[in-house]
Amino acid sequence: MQVSSHQFKRKAAEALTNPQLHKAMSNLRMRMVAGRAESVLELDNFEDIREAAKQRRDFALANLDYLLEEFERNATARGAEVHWAETGEEVNRLVLDIARRNQVSKIIKSKSMLGEETGLNQFLEAAGIEVRETDLGEYIIQEAHETPSHIIAPAVHRTSEEIAQLFYEKHGLPRKTDIGEMTREARTILRPYFLSADMGISGANFLVAQTGTSMIVTNEGNGRMTTTLPRVHVAIAGIEKVLPTLEDVSFILRLLTRSATGQSISNYLTFTTGPKQLGDQDGPEQFHIIIVDAGRTRVLGSDLRAALRCIRCGACMNHCPVYQNIGGHPYGWVYPGPIGAVLTPAYVGLENALDLPNAATLCNQCGVVCPVKIPLPDLMRKLREKQVERGLRPWRERAGLKLWAWAATHPAVYVWITRIAARLGRWAGGPAGLIRNLPGGSNWTDERDLPSPEGKIFRDLYAVRGKRRA
Amino acid sequence: MRVGLFVTCLVDLMRPRIGVSSVKLLESAGCEVVVPASQTCCGQPGYNSGERAAAQALARKVLQEFAECDYVVTPSGSCGGMIKVHYPELLSEFPDLEAEVRRLTARTWELADFLVSVLRLQRVPGRFHGTVTYHDSCSGLRELGVKWQPRQLLSKVPGLTVKEMAAPEQCCGFGGTFAVKFGAISSRIADQKCTDISDTGVDAVVLGDLGCMLNIEGRLRRRGDPKTKVLHFAEVLAGARDESA
Repeated sequence: MQVSSHQFKRKAAEALTNPQLHKAMSNLRMRMVAGRAESVLELDNFEDIREAAKQRRDFALANLDYLLEEFERNATARGAEVHWAETGEEVNRLVLDIARRNQVSKIIKSKSMLGEETGLNQFLEAAGIEVRETDLGEYIIQEAHETPSHIIAPAVHRTSEEIAQLFYEKHGLPRKTDIGEMTREARTILRPYFLSADMGISGANFLVAQTGTSMIVTNEGNGRMTTTLPRVHVAIAGIEKVLPTLEDVSFILRLLTRSATGQSISNYLTFTTGPKQLGDQDGPEQFHIIIVDAGRTRVLGSDLRAALRCIRCGACMNHCPVYQNIGGHPYGWVYPGPIGAVLTPAYVGLENALDLPNAATLCNQCGVVCPVKIPLPDLMRKLREKQVERGLRPWRERAGLKLWAWAATHPAVYVWITRIAARLGRWAGGPAGLIRNLPGGSNWTDERDLPSPEGKIFRDLYAVRGKRRA
Repeated sequence: MRVGLFVTCLVDLMRPRIGVSSVKLLESAGCEVVVPASQTCCGQPGYNSGERAAAQALARKVLQEFAECDYVVTPSGSCGGMIKVHYPELLSEFPDLEAEVRRLTARTWELADFLVSVLRLQRVPGRFHGTVTYHDSCSGLRELGVKWQPRQLLSKVPGLTVKEMAAPEQCCGFGGTFAVKFGAISSRIADQKCTDISDTGVDAVVLGDLGCMLNIEGRLRRRGDPKTKVLHFAEVLAGARDESA
């Protein structure tokens, strides 16, 4: 996907003035946040499970080399073909090769964020292959020619009215407004694609080293059809998705669905081990698994490694006050919200996503809900440090901070500056004690007043008090 | 017991009354309060802006200034969290300071937590006539576990009733330099906080961090609410704002 993270501020400003987005996002806050809060209460030791899940993910990341080879051995033994891709372009080329070899003209896809990273759909379409997204949210944004704004709810930025209008325009059927009816309509339209596609592409929530299994967590059933109906199935997975055993998967699933949608378990869990075997009723004739690096080993070897624990639940964005207000598109790449603020610069380059690690209040709501305890604010802070180290911050900001740091380490000067600032501020605030227009500080005062200082600094009050006592 | 008050730069500059109230509360509980005169800032603005060296210089300064105190108490969850939670990482490049840092973090307390957990304060000097709601500032809440302590203290203030808002743990949108780097987003988040506060119909919102105070008060006033007070719990407990609603 094209990176447009450098336009964060402009797009965020647009998002803030979009009433439809505002409406759609307040639904998210109600549904996802409340849903998670309720469902984690089902487990009396949720925090212990988080800690254990974190350790299991860390164990997998520390043993990726071994586990990935074990996965390859076991998957191959079951008749799957394992491919390795170092870059996004390689992924696209591998998929196209497989498609060409099998005379594929029609592909159905279940959701893959890695496919979004590599721009797979556009690549295949440019090669003359029809690609149809089958996840309802992905289907909606494909029809609207948009990119996902959330990792598990790609069309969350759209209200149901907007989707009703889109369906009406695209489907040429009587306009429906009931969500159930709209879903049935999309299903009717998608059904022939499921039945006629030559190839299915899926992502993978996890790869299981022990069994050579690729698995996905879905709610709509489209994933299962994508992985079983077409004669060729290609699963794409990042190297970090591997877990040692099926038991690890079932353990982490307890957190994944609860953190994501507030469900105790999703409607479907699809485990794919090899292609159709003798005696199987259904399944693809060929099963390819593409294991992808695309920047991940670089992150693995850096101080951002914890970000690779991510199990893609979306809880960090659901709970992020910034994401809740601007949605996912301003983040400008595949992964929005707090995890996107870390992964985007890590994968596409620090200099291409300067605003992202800074566009956070560091409230740590993301950190406390993350099911695998990724310290997201700490990682954002590390990225901020890297920006400074590499001289990527504006000189005004740097000069301002340098000046502040110098003054704060020279108390005698500091006292005088603050003493004057307190008086000046008190005067500027007038009788109401509010500064309505701060010269050079319009970012604060455009939409807020600045309460003025009381006029005296604490150390002066305290000194007077001391004298009075003496 | 010798308690060093870390006033914080924002209290010193903007709301010295909160510092005075903090001293009063600590003294009324029998503490010997010392206020190192050379103190300025904990270094958080630098730390959160990637200016690690600048933040380290200030952290080392704090380390020295409070070396002689039995406890370091601060009327801010944010600065308290900076010292207690982030100094060990910030100063991790200086192994020779490790023991000293550990000693400092173990002795550092957010004011409400200190009053309740260490001093076991039973009576507070203040009184307040009216209803308040409490905003949980992010660092205090999520870094230091400050949640029930200020509420317990407020419940001891004669005349005061606490009425919870819809989402007291939701960030107010301040975020330090975030508030000026991304003013529009910050103001929007603050706006939701103000709506939650206004919906409760209280006389005052009480909290424990200056950044949030300035942000919430600034947005409340701009929205056209001249009335809802924005108070630090220390002022309320100390009776510095003993005006009836």
